[in-house]
Amino acid sequence: MTERISRLGAACAIIAGLVLAGSAHADGIKRFYTTIKDHKFDPAEIHVPAATAVILVITNADDTSEEFDSAALRIEKVLQGGQKGSVWLRPLTAGTYPFMGEFHADSAKGVIIAE
Amino acid sequence: MLATLLIVFREVIEAGIVVGIVLAATKGVKGRGFWVGAGVGVGVLGAGVVALFAREIADLFEGWGQEYFNATILSAAVVMLTWHNIWMASQGQAMAQEARVRALGGAVSAGHRPITALAIVVGVAVLREGTEVVLFLYGIVSAGNSALSVLAGGVLGILAGGALSAIMYLGLAAIPVGALVAVTTGLITLLAAGMASQAVAYLQQAGHFPGMSTALWDSSALLPQNSILGQLLYSLIGYSESPTGAQLTAYLAIILVNIAFIRLIRFLKL
Repeated sequence: MTERISRLGAACAIIAGLVLAGSAHADGIKRFYTTIKDHKFDPAEIHVPAATAVILVITNADDTSEEFDSAALRIEKVLQGGQKGSVWLRPLTAGTYPFMGEFHADSAKGVIIAE
Repeated sequence: MLATLLIVFREVIEAGIVVGIVLAATKGVKGRGFWVGAGVGVGVLGAGVVALFAREIADLFEGWGQEYFNATILSAAVVMLTWHNIWMASQGQAMAQEARVRALGGAVSAGHRPITALAIVVGVAVLREGTEVVLFLYGIVSAGNSALSVLAGGVLGILAGGALSAIMYLGLAAIPVGALVAVTTGLITLLAAGMASQAVAYLQQAGHFPGMSTALWDSSALLPQNSILGQLLYSLIGYSESPTGAQLTAYLAIILVNIAFIRLIRFLKL
């Protein structure tokens, strides 16, 4: 009996989740770019409009993997050497949001400035 | 070597917290060492495989493969943790008897316990953190750093992370048997809630839930998520310095679901 209840509950949750998920359309969203080279971000300071969802495109021009990590933006993405990846940035209130390359945290640092 | 040690230490702690809670929740259950060990082993092997195919996985689903993969395995862990709580709640009398047996030093058969569910949770946690460790170490070594110093940093990181996790487990295991079930049920609920919030964060990173994507607060001045305490609370109870509405909703929803199912089962005396 408990098995059926929990399976039903799980199924309901998953369906509800899928229904509510609603992916935002990526076309027409402004894109911003940065490249990781020699374990440094270029540009390391990215200005984005406040209160607007944008997409950040990160290119890892190094040979080895790097993890784009930002607690402030709640973003976490591993990019293999030579790989390009995108992340959605949520609408941000005006301010400075630090990010880093977790695998090379002393040199791979940057900020998103929302204004 | 220090940089390697710190990163490996952090990742091991994140998985170690999950392992510690699972071990505490299965204290006294015969065979749990095998199942938890199997979960760790499969997680480590899986981490190697996922790291090997990290590029291909990330390129799936128009470049959102990594986000969907992480959200899926985290969701599976959430279901397994909730299932365990529900199962524990349904045992009532049987558990009280088990508690008495354990208190007397006896071991309880794992036969009718969904230890496999918790083994899956352990596997997911080890897989997640392990993949990052593998990718990081591979990168460091191929960049020409001394393999020995990387190995030393990695081993020390694992030992230090394991030691801290063991201390946490021993702290939990010292809780008297009567309260242990309640405490582990609570910890498992928060663990599941935190993982659900993480899963939603990955989906939002891929553009989902755009309607609830603004941050509700920013407590980074009070408790930065990257601080030691912040990291511990992130892994333990799903603390986030800047959660979105969707993440908080998932967090609270899982807590409510756990409480509701447990109450429902007790009420129906199943």
